[in-house]
Parts: sequence; C-alpha cells; structure tokens
Amino acid sequence: MAARKSERLLNLLITLLVARSYVTKARIRSVVEQYRDAGDDAFEKMFERDKDELRSLGIPIEVGHLDRAFDDEPGYRVERAAFELPEIDLEPDEAAVLGLAARVWQHAGLASATSDALVKLKAAGVSVDRTALNVAQPQLAVEEPAFEAFWSATQTRTPVAFSYRTSGSAQATLRHLQPWGVVSYRGRWYAVGHDIDRNAPRLFRLSRVRGEVTDDGQATSFEVPEGTDIRALARNLAPPAGDQRARLLAKPGAALGLRRHARQSPVEPVETQAAPSDEPAGWDRLEVTYGRQDSLVDEVLSYGADVIVEAPEELRSRVVARLRVVAEASEAPR
Amino acid sequence: MSGARDQVARLLALVPYIQSREEVSVEQAAADFGVRPEQIVKDLNVLWFCGLPGLGMGDLIDVDMDALDGDGVIRVSNADYLSRPLRLGSTEASALIVALRALREASDDAVRPIVDRTLGKLEAAAGDGAALAARVDIQVGSAAPEVARLRATLENAVRTGRQVRLGYYVPARDQATERIVDPLRLVQAEGNTYLEAWCRTAEGNRLFRLDRVSAAEVLDAAVTDHSDEPPRDLSSGLFQASPDDTLVTLRLQPQARWVAEYYPVESVEEVEDGGLRVTLRAGDRGWLTRLMLRIGSAAEIEDPVELSEIVRRAAQDALGNYV
Repeated sequence: MAARKSERLLNLLITLLVARSYVTKARIRSVVEQYRDAGDDAFEKMFERDKDELRSLGIPIEVGHLDRAFDDEPGYRVERAAFELPEIDLEPDEAAVLGLAARVWQHAGLASATSDALVKLKAAGVSVDRTALNVAQPQLAVEEPAFEAFWSATQTRTPVAFSYRTSGSAQATLRHLQPWGVVSYRGRWYAVGHDIDRNAPRLFRLSRVRGEVTDDGQATSFEVPEGTDIRALARNLAPPAGDQRARLLAKPGAALGLRRHARQSPVEPVETQAAPSDEPAGWDRLEVTYGRQDSLVDEVLSYGADVIVEAPEELRSRVVARLRVVAEASEAPR
Repeated sequence: MSGARDQVARLLALVPYIQSREEVSVEQAAADFGVRPEQIVKDLNVLWFCGLPGLGMGDLIDVDMDALDGDGVIRVSNADYLSRPLRLGSTEASALIVALRALREASDDAVRPIVDRTLGKLEAAAGDGAALAARVDIQVGSAAPEVARLRATLENAVRTGRQVRLGYYVPARDQATERIVDPLRLVQAEGNTYLEAWCRTAEGNRLFRLDRVSAAEVLDAAVTDHSDEPPRDLSSGLFQASPDDTLVTLRLQPQARWVAEYYPVESVEEVEDGGLRVTLRAGDRGWLTRLMLRIGSAAEIEDPVELSEIVRRAAQDALGNYV
C-alpha cells in the first residue's frame, strides 16, 4: 500500500536526517517498524530499494564509517546542509515574477519540473501571486521530439549519436556529438557541442534530427571546454547585427513587409550618390539597416518594380545584376 | 509504486510549507500544490505515523486532526527537523531559471530589474543545481514582447468570447488587411504563435501569425458559436490547400534547395546536379512571382511555362527603374 510505503520512506529519511553521525543498517532496522517486522532477505531488498527511491528524489544519502580506526560496518546519513534548500527571501514582486515563470514552458516535463521547483519555494515560505504583476509572459514551446534527449544528454554530459539531415543535402547522415548545451532561437531549438565527425564546434537544429537519439558513450565522459560561452556560440545563429544602411524608394502602399523593419527617412538624404534623376513622384524614401547584403538583395528583389535601391552603390548594382539575369533568361522552354 | 515516491516528495514540501505559515486551509494547500484537497488529507494521514526514530509518545509528528476535520485547517507540530524543503533538483532549478530568462528577454525596462533580482537569488539558492542552466540559452527575438502582449489580449478575447478587429499583414500578397474575427484558440507551431480564428470577413477558419498582427482590438460584440467546427488539425502542417491553387513545378539549383524545406511541397525529386525538382501549390501568382524574383537564376519554372514569362516581365519592369 502506497501510504504504508510512504510512511516507511519518510521514517527512514527522518532517521538519517536527525542522526548526529552515520547510522548502521542494524540500527535503522531496529527503529523503522516495517524493517523490524520483515525477514532478513525482505529487509535487505526493501532497504536497498528505499535508498534508491529517496536518492531519486534528490536526497543526498551518504555512506561512511562511524569509526575510521576500525573497519566496522558502514553507516548512512543525510547531511542537513546538503538536504535543505538554503534561505531564499523574495520580495513580493520577485515572487510574482516566479509565478509568471511557472507558465512559460509549454513542455510537459519541464513545466512540471518548474511547478515542482515552485512548490519547494512555497514550502520555503514564498507566497507566489502572479496577479501582482501585469506582464504578459512569453512561452517556450518545444515542438521537436529530439529535445528531451538533448536536454538530458547535456545534463548528464553523455555523447549522443543521431541521424541528421542538413538543408542542403538529400540524405540524412549519422552524426556524433558531445552536447554542450541547448539553445532556443526564435522558437526553434538547437543543440550546440563538439561535433566528433567534424572535430569542431557545431550547431544542430533539432527539427532536422531524424528518429531516435542514442547514447554514444558513458555519462560524464566529456568535459565542456572551460570558457565555453553557449550564448556566444548561439549568437552565430542570428543574422549579423545590422551595421550597414541602405536607402530605398518604395511605391506608396507597397513593400509593406519591408516597411515593417525600415525607417521612413524624415528628411531628404544628404548623399547625392546614385540618386535617380527622375525620382518617381510620391514614393517613400526608406532607410533600412542590414547585416548581410545578400539577404537585403533577396528581399528587395521580391518586391519587383515596387522598390528601388538608391544607395549604397554596391547594393544597387547587385540588385540590377540579379534582375538582369532573370529579365534576359531564354524564352525557349527546355 | 511511484505513488509513494510522489507522496514523499509532496510531504517533504508540505510539512515545511505548513510550518512556515503556522496554519493553512486544505483548499489553499491543494491549490498551491496542484492536487485535490482529498489528496492533501491522505498525505496528512501518512504523517500521523511518522516521527523521530523509535516513534515513542513524544516522537510523532503531530497533525491537529480536530482542526482538520472541523475547520478544514491544517496545523502541524513536533516536526522542527522538517522546517525547510528539499533543495532544488538540477532539472527543477534549470527549468525555472531558463523560464525566468525567457521572461527577462521578453520584459520591458520596468520588469527586467525585478527578473534580474529574482534570478540572482534563485541561482544563489540553487547552487550546483543551477549549473545546467548555464548551458541553456534563450533568444526569443525582437518581436517577442509584442507577441506576448498580443497573446495576452487574444487569450482574454477567447476566454470572454468577444470578437476582435485584427490588423493583419499578408506577406503572400504584401497587403495590410483589416478583418473581424471570432478568436478560437492560440496555437504554437513551427516556432511561431498563431491565433486560430473564424474570419468573419472571409467566412472561413484562418490562422494568423502573431508577429504579423499589427493591431488587435477586442470588441464588445460576442462571437458566434463555432463548436460544430472541428478544430484545425495542425499535425500535417499549417498550410491548407485550396482547389484554386495552381500546381507549379520548379527546378531548383542546389543553392535553392531551401525552398523545399521552407514551403510545403507536394512532391520532391532529386536531380543529378544536386538540385531538386519540386511541385508546390501557389495560391497566388503574385506570391510565386515574388518568390521567383528572389531566387533568381537558382530556380526555373518548368510548368506551367507561361508563368516564367510573367516572372521575366516583372524583372524587366523592375530593371526599368534603374536604366
């Protein structure tokens, strides 16, 4: 019966927690009723399982000897400092923030881990009231089936093997990784680590992992190199920060997508370079900040005749060259 | 057997929880622990038989059963040794810290310092348990705070059953639209948050990506009941085919393979130079033209061939702006 077992587990824990030093197995057996009533074999089995179960809850059961001089029977204890949550004193607004955090994960396992953490904090006297703060909380969705495997491999530092298909190739290939961390970038999850096949740090998009992720070695069998900055590695995912500026003309009411990240120029630009002499009347002059020229070229091209690049010249001539290729394509069907 | 394990985990929090508050109603405890009140009472009954080794008269944990039965109030005494909860496990600490970081990314200047203070205290309390969190990074993107605000507004509209006036950007047509919708639910798919709604303007079920919503005004008017409409099945993707779509066959060079991944395709075929032949549905010719201009020489329309003439003219028009 669950209640009887709960009672036994709790009494075992209390015995180990209140003891001043290691408690021998014999002593444990004499003070915990259900152990006392069991036969020798049944007790041994029960005791081993109970210890495992308490440890699985995160309870640090230590094994040691009462007396160093004599090679006596080992004993057990739970050290209070390692067992207890340290003091944590939260202001009401901080407690409210915790309440919001509880609803961020949209992943069953991590949402329940967050709730468990909050229950412990409540048990430490924190009163969580999320209504005290008027903030819309973001959500961390996890759509990738491989996420859990990478999260736990990162946690246990276990090398993994998995089948992976990059966007440029047709075939999935078997890849081997020492996972250093997991990263969420704009709603998509990535694993970052040491790619054993390429012998270099690499990022893997988890939605491209096919099938099962299998262990490819023992837990804790690799170290994350000292000074590894997951955030810096992840930053490589993001397009480079825009440090260049382009000046564009857009037809009124068109190129709305572009306008969403452009700035309407408040005044006439001072540069004179490449300004078309017959500037279309009524068009809007936009200023766009960009990092990669190719991306902006792609975007400008998609608006066809509705957007004109004024400057810089390099961007302008790139757009013209690309348009020319399409405009002059052979008419003959192949 | 996991019943006992979960129960012990709960009791190790419940005992300090009650002791730090002196007394708590069963209802409140159940709400804080996310279980039913009956479960809390069952848990307390286990405590009745627990205590210091030997379990002599003064050794047992004392649960005030009169207060419990009479007033539904929990009082626990004689359990000083369980005055603090168990420390946070590694997954617990990491999950909470990462959630806070996501919150930090999406919060404004007023809230960010509060999140930072909370994170600092939590990381200190978690100790080694927070180590994994250092290996998880969250970058939510610049639109996230706005998306979070919109979601709160729209969730509220779903809950209260009110119509919403949406300003919505349609990238396929490069159009800003305005429409009135009956919001149905918010869904997360392919890295984005969507509102599934009955569009009163188009008279059909539609998905609206929140980062393309420019305005959402909750109206006084109540929604129409759509409970007879089955919820949209997102398992096979977000794209919904229409009988009016044009089937287009494209020949993609290797550098344009991303098209097959980015857009829903009907069929994909490898070709010898490392490229692909794909068939996709184009609901809008303007959309296809824009896609083709963007890809340029890395793709070619094989069928219907007259579409490539439209693309070529569009390129010639655009070129006319420069020469």
